[in-house]
Amino acid sequence: MTATQDPYAGSRETTEGRVYTVTGGDWDQTFGSDLTGEERLVVNMGPQHPSTHGVLRLVLDLEGETVTKARVVIGYLHTGIEKNTEYRTWTQGTTFVTRMDYLSPLFNEAGYCMAVEKLLGIEVPQRAQTIRVLVMEINRIASHLVCLATGGMELGALTGMTNGFREREMCLDLLEEITGLRMNHAYIRPGGVAQDLPPGAEQSIREWLRVMPGQLAGYHQMLTAQPIWQRRLKDVGYLDVTGCLALGVTGPPLRATGLAWDLRKIEPYLGYETYDFEVPTADTSDAWGRFLVRMAEMHESLRIVEQALDRLEPGPVMVEDRKIAWPAQLSLGADGMGNSLDHVRHIMGTSMEALIHHFKLVTEGFRVPAGQVYVPVESPRGELGYHVVSDGSTRPWRVHVRDPSFVNLQATAAMSEGGMIADVIAAIASLDPVMGGVDR
Amino acid sequence: MTGPGDRSGADASQGVAAPSGGFRKGAFGVSGSGDTSGFGGLVRVEPGGAVALHSTERPYGGWFDEVTDALAEAVGEATYAAAVQRVLVDRGEITYFVAREHLLTLVRALRDDDALRFELCSSVSGVDYEGSGGPVTTPGRPRLHVVYHLTSMTYRRRIRLEVAVTVEDPHVPSVSGIYPTADWHERETYDMFGIVFDGHPALTRILMPDDWDGYPQRKDYPLGGVPVEYHGATIPPPDTRRSYR
Repeated sequence: MTATQDPYAGSRETTEGRVYTVTGGDWDQTFGSDLTGEERLVVNMGPQHPSTHGVLRLVLDLEGETVTKARVVIGYLHTGIEKNTEYRTWTQGTTFVTRMDYLSPLFNEAGYCMAVEKLLGIEVPQRAQTIRVLVMEINRIASHLVCLATGGMELGALTGMTNGFREREMCLDLLEEITGLRMNHAYIRPGGVAQDLPPGAEQSIREWLRVMPGQLAGYHQMLTAQPIWQRRLKDVGYLDVTGCLALGVTGPPLRATGLAWDLRKIEPYLGYETYDFEVPTADTSDAWGRFLVRMAEMHESLRIVEQALDRLEPGPVMVEDRKIAWPAQLSLGADGMGNSLDHVRHIMGTSMEALIHHFKLVTEGFRVPAGQVYVPVESPRGELGYHVVSDGSTRPWRVHVRDPSFVNLQATAAMSEGGMIADVIAAIASLDPVMGGVDR
Repeated sequence: MTGPGDRSGADASQGVAAPSGGFRKGAFGVSGSGDTSGFGGLVRVEPGGAVALHSTERPYGGWFDEVTDALAEAVGEATYAAAVQRVLVDRGEITYFVAREHLLTLVRALRDDDALRFELCSSVSGVDYEGSGGPVTTPGRPRLHVVYHLTSMTYRRRIRLEVAVTVEDPHVPSVSGIYPTADWHERETYDMFGIVFDGHPALTRILMPDDWDGYPQRKDYPLGGVPVEYHGATIPPPDTRRSYR
């Protein structure tokens, strides 16, 4: 078959010479006797490609196997979440933002809720703050495990994938027990959290804390010490501290350059200054350093979870102010989290005022004084910033999310141009972009 | 989008007189419907709607004065006076409202001056204040705001710059030459709000398809959606539902 017979893979004359469009098949069949001269190839990778970490599209200019130009095309997962929040109440906003970066939903919720609380000028109860820290750190481990798992899969370490998702499932089981859902929890709400830790959760977390260090050690045996893994990552995707700052890259890629920039230490929130933990860094500025930083961070997160668990004191998990606090308590049934029957009985059967209060707060919501705030939190991928504007009404005027994946992905060209095409995959995997957050 | 209801914000366009406020009626987003439920009660709103119109008096408190003085010194008092229209300190955050002609001078000084050192541009985004009440809604007022969040990693400080432009002339100089990270942020802001960043190397759409019409996050751009039918009842799309303000 010659090239001209294939309607999808033809060739055409341009001012720069003949350009071929190739969709597969043998080189000889496509080019025939034309296989001479320069070998500039433009490869379109993605958006549906198992190695591009989601619906990411890369347009790569190649000279042989060397990448001369890397362009990143995003937007395939744009769902208009920021716009949608403008049409919902402040509380409903949580349900939307948790779906942005779907691997770190609790960070989205926490950042958003902290922004709303800053606009309201309220402080959430101590127990709610501790629970937030607890679930976020469990979430951080789950997120880093997915980074390892998918990153490993993209580089051919398939066992890394199966093991990573196995341990992640242990984290998600915990989150399911606490929040009722594996992902997209909508658990952290403006004013506190949706419900207290259920009975038995503490025991499950302690059991998990006992098991996890051994499981994580397995990754060091399987990956850290493995020559192939080392060679795929070392000196790949190099980006030093100057490059990181210019391109706005934060999170593990920045810490892998040796700068211990972690917002949990720099601008502590939710009482992070009272926890004893280290900020792991590396000095290699490459994909290998980022891998080591993430591995070490998981151990630090385990320490934080343990401390949070130890200091949990009984108390409310939602602000006292009944004009803000969600009136309904949720309860965990056999089919997941749902309405509390006690609450329904109370408002439907005994108190008209409680019914009115419930109706007002649930359908109308609370008003937030006009103004704007910017609240950053340290998500597993870097600085997750919420710029929230209120006009004084029951709905956000504007919610803008500074998503770390979106910003970090800009570094793709700087990290991969001049390298091999196979290293592009490793470089992007080491940034750990989540397209739900990139495109929002 | 549902109508914002009756708003009678005080006209504070004359200057920075003491905020007198205004009221907004129509909790369901409707007016004149004879709604007697009580939910349409008066709600007090700020005179500028979502935009505060006053300027915070000195001293600003904390390190805010230090940064402001260093900035004025770095660019010169005359330039500072011309560039910074208002300074607002609210909820522990400082916002400089900047004239776009002087934006690049200011940003360059903020990044390079030893006493300022805002090395990191955390975020650039837009806000459309159309319909938020107050004089910002009157014709010819700049309703599109570009908001910059700058971080000093040396001094561990954060500031916000805000530039306001009109829909008719939505041009702002690009800071991508100073902060390369602003590249995608500015493309997104252009994509969503139609704000044109002059001097940007390739200002194209980034999240929406290249041939998309309109700027989705402007307030006069509908949310869209289709009615959902369920058990014979029809639920309208979110932006045409009865709603509270």
